[in-house]
Amino acid sequence: MPKTEKEKKVKTVKTETAAAKPERKIVLMQGNEAVARGALDAGVNFFAGYPITPSTEVAEILALELPKRGGVFVQMEDEIASICAITGASLAGAKAVTATSGPGFSLMQEGIGFAKITETPCVVINVQRSGPSTGMPTSPAQGDIMQARWGSHGDSPAIVLYPDSVKESYELMIRAVNLAEKYRTCVILLLDEVIGHMREAVALPDIANVRVISRIKPTVPPQWYKHYDENQKYLSPLASYGEGYRFHVTGLTHDSHGFPTNKASEAADMMERLRKKISHNIRDLVQIESHKMEDATIAIFAAGISARAAKSAVAAARAEGIKVGLLRPLTIWPFPDDAVRKMLRNVETVIVPELNQGQLIHEIRRLTKEKSDGNLISMQRVNGRLITPNDILRKIKEVC
Amino acid sequence: MANIPQKIIHEYLRHDKKFPHVWCAGCSNGIVLGGIIRAIADLQLDRDDIMMVSGIGCSSRMPVYVDFNTLHTLHGRSIAYATGVKLYKPHMKVIVVTGDGDCTAIGGNHLFHAARRNIDLTVVLINNNIYGMTGGQCSPTTPHEAIATTAPYGNIEPDFNVCDLAMGAGASFVGRTTAFHAIEMQNMIKDGLNHNGFSLIEVISACPVIFGRLNKKGGPAEMMKAMRDNSIPLAAVEKLPPEKVEGKIVRGILRRVDKPEYCDQYKILTERAQQKGAK
Repeated sequence: MPKTEKEKKVKTVKTETAAAKPERKIVLMQGNEAVARGALDAGVNFFAGYPITPSTEVAEILALELPKRGGVFVQMEDEIASICAITGASLAGAKAVTATSGPGFSLMQEGIGFAKITETPCVVINVQRSGPSTGMPTSPAQGDIMQARWGSHGDSPAIVLYPDSVKESYELMIRAVNLAEKYRTCVILLLDEVIGHMREAVALPDIANVRVISRIKPTVPPQWYKHYDENQKYLSPLASYGEGYRFHVTGLTHDSHGFPTNKASEAADMMERLRKKISHNIRDLVQIESHKMEDATIAIFAAGISARAAKSAVAAARAEGIKVGLLRPLTIWPFPDDAVRKMLRNVETVIVPELNQGQLIHEIRRLTKEKSDGNLISMQRVNGRLITPNDILRKIKEVC
Repeated sequence: MANIPQKIIHEYLRHDKKFPHVWCAGCSNGIVLGGIIRAIADLQLDRDDIMMVSGIGCSSRMPVYVDFNTLHTLHGRSIAYATGVKLYKPHMKVIVVTGDGDCTAIGGNHLFHAARRNIDLTVVLINNNIYGMTGGQCSPTTPHEAIATTAPYGNIEPDFNVCDLAMGAGASFVGRTTAFHAIEMQNMIKDGLNHNGFSLIEVISACPVIFGRLNKKGGPAEMMKAMRDNSIPLAAVEKLPPEKVEGKIVRGILRRVDKPEYCDQYKILTERAQQKGAK
């Protein structure tokens, strides 16, 4: 029996929070607030950041909450210092996050690369705004999708999550921290400005039902410890500074102990390890919501707030008898290649609405090479306004 | 087997790793490394509690050689990383090893703000007046009129006084010495480690292979002699007429004051927040 859409969504979205348990009371909250609450519930105990619209509420809430819980909040001198401070704190054992927006995210790119090459868990929350440069600080855009994947120089893996509601911001924040700890990397949570600032009624799960993952600490004596130990899934224990292990961490290409190397074989090993850590664990990393796709001849592929508009458009179009469905990635990087390829195989037309000049469309084009250009429709908007359900509905009617 | 006496430094170096080191013959970095190790040995600090953080440059290669908790970071950012470590593990002794370019050019912002916060980091800034690792470019401490590969006609920019910068930003311990004055340096680093607050120790050093060659300063020995002859202790400065002090390197602890330390302040803040939360 095919699963209903509802069941599917539950399966994809609720992996971090056990379903059907008593929930905490329903509260009205902002996306940014949900992110801060998610961070606290995930065990985050260190935040370093720099004020920037539209992410500032995350810092403000954590400035209030972290000291109460014995955690550390520090406002740094800039975003560069912020990413560096959370990386240092994480190596000392903290669960560490920062929050920023476009200009700050650009400044953090080198530090993100450092966290990735040194396999240091941390989370960067990027509440996207219009760009380039200062752009429109309080207007939404989805222009950082490719930057979140490719922003730092050199090849590096990326785990990027993208919620479409306030509640999901909470859930994916927890998941971001969990994945950072598990995969020892810098995970990015991409939020849309409107989701960050929108208020919705949210029923948070009981804290006892929140699944929290923390890094595995080494059990071997210090002299046997390898900072980058090889194992089947490329997930290795992580010691903390100040606990007797006295390991070395460098942004230089390094061997499995963490010491710099110029040897071709060791350099290749390190790069392969970074790549395979992601590629061998795709099933664990990828989450995608499929909505009314079973009989769809038209599919919409969208993330974040654009997916939310698309969902309304799907309902309206379905009411008129148009067979249209929505595919929405919760994990945008690694890109859900297999799922997308499979789910788009039988549709005639794919519409990709996004608040940029065409970013997700490149991935869809790559995965649907058999479709003609006329059957792959990009909807773009970069004027600081949203793509509305009506815009998408009109496009659906044009193509059906 | 004969009882071979071990040098103190051997106890603190990583024997199995990555020697020979990257530094050129005649470089002062090894002397500073020795000074740091002897200071730590004198203070009998537990090496598990010592964190050495560095950025990018010749001096910043130091952490790889020492058997402490070590972190070799991005260009200019060592103090920001160190701030993260120190705030989360305030019991650790955090030493930052940095150079003139790393700390006062690309990393200037972090230096000022760590000094302003008065966070308990011990910054050992090895000032060789040049970017050595990249082959001799002009740094913020390259003297006026000196030659660098990016100042082939002479440096038209005035140079920074690193200690004045740190003091201006609020550092509570600031000292200057040279690689020639090894014992003085060792003691100054000890004082810096003992100081509860932000300390900056500027060690004037010799880069004979690049700065020395470009500026015809002679070999390592000549450059060491120049440190001896061109520097005067702070105590002597007051007795000398200003013209005799002009152009000299003034050595000594230029500032040592008690100020609230950032991690201590944070602890107080935490207690305040928890009391408020309890009410």
